Amino acid sequence: MQAAATTAPDWPEQLYALLRQNGVTQFAYVPDAGHRVLIDKSLADPEVHSIPLTTEEEGVALVAGADLGGARGVLLMQSSGVGNCINFLSLVKGGRFPFLTLISMRGDFGEGNPWQFPMGQAVEPVLEAMGVICLRVERPEDVVPTVSAALTMVFKSGQAVAVLLTQKLIGAKAF
Amino acid sequence: MDKTEAAARRAAAVAAPGYVLDRREAVPKLIGRHEDFLFVGGLAGSARDLAQLTGDGPSAYLLGGVMGAACSMGLGLALARPDKRVLVLTGDGELLMNLGALATIAVMNPPNLAIVCVDNGHYGETGWQQSHTARGVDLERIAAGAGIKATRTIADASELEEGSRFIRQGNGTCFVLLRVAPTEPPAYKRNLDPASCRERFRAALLGNS
Repeated sequence: MQAAATTAPDWPEQLYALLRQNGVTQFAYVPDAGHRVLIDKSLADPEVHSIPLTTEEEGVALVAGADLGGARGVLLMQSSGVGNCINFLSLVKGGRFPFLTLISMRGDFGEGNPWQFPMGQAVEPVLEAMGVICLRVERPEDVVPTVSAALTMVFKSGQAVAVLLTQKLIGAKAF
Repeated sequence: MDKTEAAARRAAAVAAPGYVLDRREAVPKLIGRHEDFLFVGGLAGSARDLAQLTGDGPSAYLLGGVMGAACSMGLGLALARPDKRVLVLTGDGELLMNLGALATIAVMNPPNLAIVCVDNGHYGETGWQQSHTARGVDLERIAAGAGIKATRTIADASELEEGSRFIRQGNGTCFVLLRVAPTEPPAYKRNLDPASCRERFRAALLGNS
């Protein structure tokens, strides 16, 4: 976490509150520094399920299962995890399941690890090929309005939406 | 079925000692009263088992693709509906594709979730190739090693009645490895449209909300 976070240090807290206000009760994640606050807050919240995954595609199926039962879930992952999800997104697209994922980006603005670029740069075309709408966030003040828009698109209109928390927003990891 | 496939199936049966139950009898007997459960069915054989059992009813969401997704989908449903018992019926091939899901399920351990793996030791849908289980991989031990405390293997008809009680216990997630002969699942023509199946499942469970 670098400079961007200091200008609006509380956006992760506001984001958690927003998700809870919108009835999200299943937080599925693969551990990631970019989602640390959301993960920690969900773990500490007795009214939600905080579900650690071994691989991201589990989360795609899990939130679809939540929808079958009338609950709302969100998948928190890093951009590298998007590649693991592709075939399971067939369930979302074919079944018209509402799907919300928040993706912390790597292989993006200021990335210092060359291994991150192939998947990081493929995130948007690959998700769009599977019918997932991508919304990029680059400024702290845009996080809450963007996720708020995504929540409406997903849970009112039944769409699949990925909010990309870019490295311009969350900072590039130092190497 | 052409001659090649019939020969492959016969060879599969010979190659699978200890796999003797007929799934068309064993699965209904193990599950018992199907109205007790909401179901998620893995693709291919297990989906057809459940389509036959429920008359392709709205209480079962049956996958036709996304191999490896059934257990995780059942977990999301079980967490969403602690008031209902959820049963995932999967196959050995489907489960092998996402073994990590067992670890996640063990960590969450919802008491209303049962996983039944119909293990015929083969990929029946693709021409009866041997799966890893026919070559020594023990999925019950993997489930137990993942941390699921209530596990068992059922390979004999005499164990089905007790198994039926076992999948209804409420102390934690349970796992049953149901070992069956590599024979055809029911030939049931089910609805393969994933969106209309989602809608009917939700309408039956949730009303029009």
